[in-house]
Amino acid sequence: MLIQIKDIKIIDPSANINKTGDIFIEDGKIVEKLSKPADKVIDGKGKIAVPGLIDVHSHLREPGQEEKETIKTGTMSAAKGGITTVFCMPNTKPVTDNAPSVEYILMKAQKEGKVNVFPIGCITKGSQGKELAEIGILKKAGIVAVSDDGVPVANSQIMRRALEYTKMFNLAVISHCEDKELSRNGVMNAGKNSMIFGLRGIPNQSEEIMVSRDIMLCELTGGKLHIAHVSTAGSVELVRQAKKKGLNVTCETCPHYFTLTDDYVQNYDTNFKMNPPLRTLKDVDAIKEGLKDGTIDCIATDHAPHTQEEKCREFDSAPFGIIGFETLLSLTLNELVDKKVLSLEDAIAKMTVNPARIFSLANRGSLKVGSVADITIIDLNHKYELKKEDILSKSKNSPFIGRKFKGCAVMTIVGGKIVWTLKDGIIN
Amino acid sequence: MSFNRKDLLGLEHLDRKEIQTIIDSAKPFKDMFTRSIKKAPALVGKTVVNLFYEPSTRTRTSFEVASKRLSADVVSIATATSSVVKGESLVDTAKTLEAMKADIIIIRHTLAGTPELLAKNLNASIINAGDGFHEHPTQGLLDLFTMFEKKKKIEGLKVLLVGDILHSRVAKSNIWALTKFGAKVRVVGPPTLIPGKISELGVEVFYNLDEAIKDVDVVNILRIQMERQQENLFPSIHEYVELYQVTKERLAKAKPDVLVMHPGPMNRGIEIDSEVADSPSAVINEQVTNGIAVRMAVLHLLALARNKGKK
Repeated sequence: MLIQIKDIKIIDPSANINKTGDIFIEDGKIVEKLSKPADKVIDGKGKIAVPGLIDVHSHLREPGQEEKETIKTGTMSAAKGGITTVFCMPNTKPVTDNAPSVEYILMKAQKEGKVNVFPIGCITKGSQGKELAEIGILKKAGIVAVSDDGVPVANSQIMRRALEYTKMFNLAVISHCEDKELSRNGVMNAGKNSMIFGLRGIPNQSEEIMVSRDIMLCELTGGKLHIAHVSTAGSVELVRQAKKKGLNVTCETCPHYFTLTDDYVQNYDTNFKMNPPLRTLKDVDAIKEGLKDGTIDCIATDHAPHTQEEKCREFDSAPFGIIGFETLLSLTLNELVDKKVLSLEDAIAKMTVNPARIFSLANRGSLKVGSVADITIIDLNHKYELKKEDILSKSKNSPFIGRKFKGCAVMTIVGGKIVWTLKDGIIN
Repeated sequence: MSFNRKDLLGLEHLDRKEIQTIIDSAKPFKDMFTRSIKKAPALVGKTVVNLFYEPSTRTRTSFEVASKRLSADVVSIATATSSVVKGESLVDTAKTLEAMKADIIIIRHTLAGTPELLAKNLNASIINAGDGFHEHPTQGLLDLFTMFEKKKKIEGLKVLLVGDILHSRVAKSNIWALTKFGAKVRVVGPPTLIPGKISELGVEVFYNLDEAIKDVDVVNILRIQMERQQENLFPSIHEYVELYQVTKERLAKAKPDVLVMHPGPMNRGIEIDSEVADSPSAVINEQVTNGIAVRMAVLHLLALARNKGKK
């Protein structure tokens, strides 16, 4: 299909472009001009086209936990959020520590997926933290990074080997930084609120100790370290210093860490339970500062679906995690762009060109001629309220249900195909 | 009367007036205990369910006696015999009870926030009988009632809480109630058992019992759980006794008319010396009697508020 998007404001941080013009799509790629008249002309007036958003941190739950999410429902949810590429974490059942698992995910995504699915492989076999997984074979099968998300590598020697070994593949090691002994039994941020609510706390230091360790190991090895879901002021400062030293360190945060604080836990609503936990206003401010000065490279969702039954439990017993695909863009617009933390260009960069560069995604995260035609079209003025029944993810565990937003994706194009529009929903 | 709530989940969010209302309503119930017929018809035809997910003798019995003295029909459920062992969720168990037309559900649970979870999901009134490390509001109320009775006034009273503040819902409910009434609250214990942010609740923190106990009007001694030692929160019971047992010698440093309180069950010879527990300063048994009066007041006020709600 040949598509022309007319008179649209084009924001492409990969090429420093911010202008109004046309975009041409042919054979799934962005082209200079079409070889034949367009099959479809889209009126872009009043809208913004950006490179398709890339979410480097999500849990699609398939295989093994299809009651929470599937590749089909997860990618539908992503498409609705304007996300054209999702990285999926390997903590499925079984874990993604072998080539057939990677191939299964890619095959399912090919068949049923609405957006690009890029698997992340395990760092260690079975994510047990004991022996390195066959990272070379996983890379061949199609992984874009390695991580033992959720079960951080406790042994420093193994983390060191992982950072060393992955250098030959130019693969980033994504680290979920948590000292599990220090956070043991914790279910929310450690502080005044955890004391009042009678819940066991997870101190900032349980994250920061591991951020420090991994930065030191990165310095030792010269490997490529990407720190997942930064939630504390201390972690931001550690990464800032590491970058000043010129170390090969990047990091991400999630919308809830720049939007919410642990005050929201007060009604024991388990949709405010995630790991790392919501912190304090001081941390929120530091995260924003880190986004502003470039310390934090990416905004990712950590989309973590859980069923209603699992979440409708005692706060201690409910699993960690919230969904995030469908609120990523709106929260970024409302909490960062509207509040003047980031320019629109910088905000978009953190969901497009930055992740594409960090994870070496060729021809993505850009609207340059020759790029894959992954495009997100945004209406900054569209107002809506997030309603539970409108959520496309199989799970509904969002702390943002009932929140009012201004600005969201109105069309998502993946590889030159329109996969979702605000008016028609998912397009088959 | 100013009490218009569906549930009693904690003392944090009650204001001074509401707490005063409960205390005032408890007095006539206590007077009733000296009569030969200790029963009032306030809750005739109401069903009260005790749902206990944690072993408890005194709190459960106290609520049972309180409900019976108000003429309610009362059922007590211990979790070992319920469908919880078959994997039923808390909310489903409670909804089953509601389907049986329970008016008031009293819940004790090892996990914080469980009373809130029920309150959100049920129409029945929920009373928190202790949830994890969060709150134990009726204990806080009965402690306050006892102090009112003995000291007439709470304002300016120096009250010391001794022991494991970190894991104590009793301490939390006491702090909320006492600070609202202008008491000067002190806490003492090893730093490992005192939350770092506790001073933000307006209490004074001590690590040395001999200093903390000076000139206090009330010493409220918390039960020490043996399993805390395994979590490395203190090196041994022996050392805990050495540093934090309330002994006669230590008590002598408090005001001469000091009250000694303990929420029970006591570990005699550990957090409290037997001599102290049996001394005239101790009001530990009276706390138990007062507990019934206070719980009757709470049940009665919640039932009244329910009736008002129905009209």
